[in-house]
Amino acid sequence: MPVSASSHLLVVDKLSKSFGSVSVLDELSLTVDPGEVVCVIGPSGGGKSTLLRCVNHLERPSGGLVFLDGELMGYEKIRGKLVEMKSRALAKQRRKIGMVFQHFNLLSNRTALENIVEGPVQVLGVSVASAREHARELLEQVGLAHLEASYPSQLSGGQQQRVAIARALAMRPRLIMFDEPTSALDPELVGGVLAIMRQLAADGMTMLVVTHEIAFARSVANRVAFVADGRVVEIGPPESVIGAPQHERTRKFLNELL
Amino acid sequence: MRPPEETASQPLGGETNISPLPGGTPAAPSPLPEGFDGLEFATRRHIGRWVAVVVVVIICLLVLKSLIFNPNLQWPVVGKYIFSAPVLDGLGLTLLLSAIGMPIGVIIGIVVALMRLSENKLLQYVSSAYIWFFLATPLLVQVIFWFNIAALFPDLSIGLPFAGTLVSVSTNTVITPFIAATLALSLHEGAYMAEIVRAGILSVPHGQIEAAESIGMPGSQAFRRVILPQSLRVIIPPTASRVITFVKNTSLVSVAGLAELLYSAQLIYSRTYETIPLLVVASLWYLLLTTLLSLGQRRVERYFSRGVRGPGGRR
Repeated sequence: MPVSASSHLLVVDKLSKSFGSVSVLDELSLTVDPGEVVCVIGPSGGGKSTLLRCVNHLERPSGGLVFLDGELMGYEKIRGKLVEMKSRALAKQRRKIGMVFQHFNLLSNRTALENIVEGPVQVLGVSVASAREHARELLEQVGLAHLEASYPSQLSGGQQQRVAIARALAMRPRLIMFDEPTSALDPELVGGVLAIMRQLAADGMTMLVVTHEIAFARSVANRVAFVADGRVVEIGPPESVIGAPQHERTRKFLNELL
Repeated sequence: MRPPEETASQPLGGETNISPLPGGTPAAPSPLPEGFDGLEFATRRHIGRWVAVVVVVIICLLVLKSLIFNPNLQWPVVGKYIFSAPVLDGLGLTLLLSAIGMPIGVIIGIVVALMRLSENKLLQYVSSAYIWFFLATPLLVQVIFWFNIAALFPDLSIGLPFAGTLVSVSTNTVITPFIAATLALSLHEGAYMAEIVRAGILSVPHGQIEAAESIGMPGSQAFRRVILPQSLRVIIPPTASRVITFVKNTSLVSVAGLAELLYSAQLIYSRTYETIPLLVVASLWYLLLTTLLSLGQRRVERYFSRGVRGPGGRR
């Protein structure tokens, strides 16, 4: 399903989501280009997390469309109508999008290494040996090679989050989404996780990052989107959105943070 | 790229140790009140605890003595029957009922639990009704009911609507006492197991399911690889208790004259009037079976607690 002007890797078009009578996303539109880092900032409850969860259909959107690589997420065209995909087909689409959660969500009954190997082996059908080899490289990359046999409960929050990033990378995704990856961490553990994300960005990974770390957004993001009340209020390079915000709402939010 | 070390190690000690004042100056006056200098610590003696120990030990000894040395227990009779052929046959039937009935109960439980958790309303209602009915009537009544099923349905027929009966057999030839006993025990067990399995599945944090979905696992694979293994940690302990209960519950089918362990003992004492020693024989076997099962339970629980902190968790 080709989309016109498809230099974008991710196209979010008029995405809406409401829980009962509460509207969380209100026709939100956004694009992410290949190799681009887009940071989403904004007040709590503004729909930032819901945006990520609707992109990979962990949450079913109430309206609007999401395209990854020109392919419509979650629906297929049958006789001129959009019909919900079978769960198996949706699962296949999700493999292209890595997700790093605020609370890590490592599988609690698997070791660090097993968490990373699980997806490639069980979902992609990679051989155990080569999946393990790749997983060890990734653990090395996030500085945790010595902890591959540890269970999540034995790791600090920062270590768990680094394993979670390695797990997302192991699927070789086109896009990685980070849902407030440092919000659940003790302050002294934040730096290690951000350093890894910074390196990923430098390596050219396409990233959509919901974060409260304004300094990180300012220095790493290609574009920053300020999202409030379920809409993109303002989007642009960090020096304008963070440095010289045009909207009163953005200014107020940034002032409260500082 | 190696991220900065998370745990910055603080130098310990330093110059914090208290040293005596230099230069032989007269020691400062002790800040302690009078008479607390250089005292040793001792453990408090708990007299009450010792009294309790003595009282409980005496009571236990008295109870044991009155039991073990009671001539009415007739230990020689116990010895005579404990390995006798009818008792061992009864034991065999008890084991067989448990070995067939419990797995059927577990399978029914898993199916009913999945029905109850499904998004299909009809399946939810049907499974709820099943659980309600089998938990709400006494097992003994259910056992007697299944033994008398022929009074309700004299014939079992397979037929199609508008095509008439294809096969018809007398209920009593199909539902033998053994089948009736297995049906009664496992249908009842299925209701208990359904609730245990449901609790186990609900105990898996939603984040675990989302993690599986985010790496692109289809629902069935996520259930097999993520939800089921983690729910087993919660499901296993009560299930092991149910196995033990099941073994004991098989004694209920004695009311229908199926010669399992208890009824085998009853058959003997109805002839010889050696009631107490034969009940001891049956009890000793039940004790042995349930003890072995409890030991097995601990090992299985340890295995499924991988990665969990706290008591019973293997870290």
